[in-house]
Amino acid sequence: MQKSILDKEEYIKFAEHRAKRTNSVKNTAAAFIVGGLICVLGQLLCDLYMMIGISEDTSCSLVSISLIFLSCLFTALGWYDRLALIAGAGTLVPITGFANAVISPALDYKAEGLVAGMSAKMFIIAGPVIVYGTIASVIYGLIYYICTVLF
Amino acid sequence: MVYLKVFLVGGLLCAIAQLLIDKTKMTPARILVTYVVGGAVLSAVGLYDKIADFAKAGATVPLIGFGHLLAKGARSAVENEGLIGALTGGLTASAGGISAAIVFGYIFALLFNSKPDHK
Repeated sequence: MQKSILDKEEYIKFAEHRAKRTNSVKNTAAAFIVGGLICVLGQLLCDLYMMIGISEDTSCSLVSISLIFLSCLFTALGWYDRLALIAGAGTLVPITGFANAVISPALDYKAEGLVAGMSAKMFIIAGPVIVYGTIASVIYGLIYYICTVLF
Repeated sequence: MVYLKVFLVGGLLCAIAQLLIDKTKMTPARILVTYVVGGAVLSAVGLYDKIADFAKAGATVPLIGFGHLLAKGARSAVENEGLIGALTGGLTASAGGISAAIVFGYIFALLFNSKPDHK
């Protein structure tokens, strides 16, 4: 017998597989475009700051700070999370996603108080990032120091 | 031309993260931690400076650039201040971003309320 008709179970499997694949392609494309555009916005701001005579290093810090400001504002307005539904990692990976990870739980837990709620929960996701980032930088600093002493 | 490089590299870094989320079920927090530590390691071996020269904001805006900033800070602090720089350099370099996230996050969380459709 030819296998032209799939039984129900096989069909569900097949459909899930296809759905997963198209979703993954769509998600990745959306993440690529939105993430890329956020970086372009950063570059635009950087060029703008350098045009008005700010040094490159300071401009770079100002770009991070500006993007963090915008991300906090847009998260508070509810826009950033709407964009995140479509863009996924495109809104997570840029520095705006870090700011979003700080303010989102702060908004959600505000009702539980300004100290134990809002401020304590601010670092649910950002905390591990700072912890591991700091540890990595200290380990690297130590290794670099040992290298400079030895060589 | 610069903007195209920024877009492509920045977009690629985000697309890789999306693939990791879809294929390996990594949580967003794990992705961010991986990116920051990965950025620090790439910076330590001298690769990330080259990527940042090439892609500018495409390399510094994604969180992997935050790891690069931490490592770069530790390196220059060790050069200038010796051993103590290993402890002070990373957070000093990233202080602006972290403080901005705390202050703006705090202010806007005070001013606004969680949106009903907010997840």
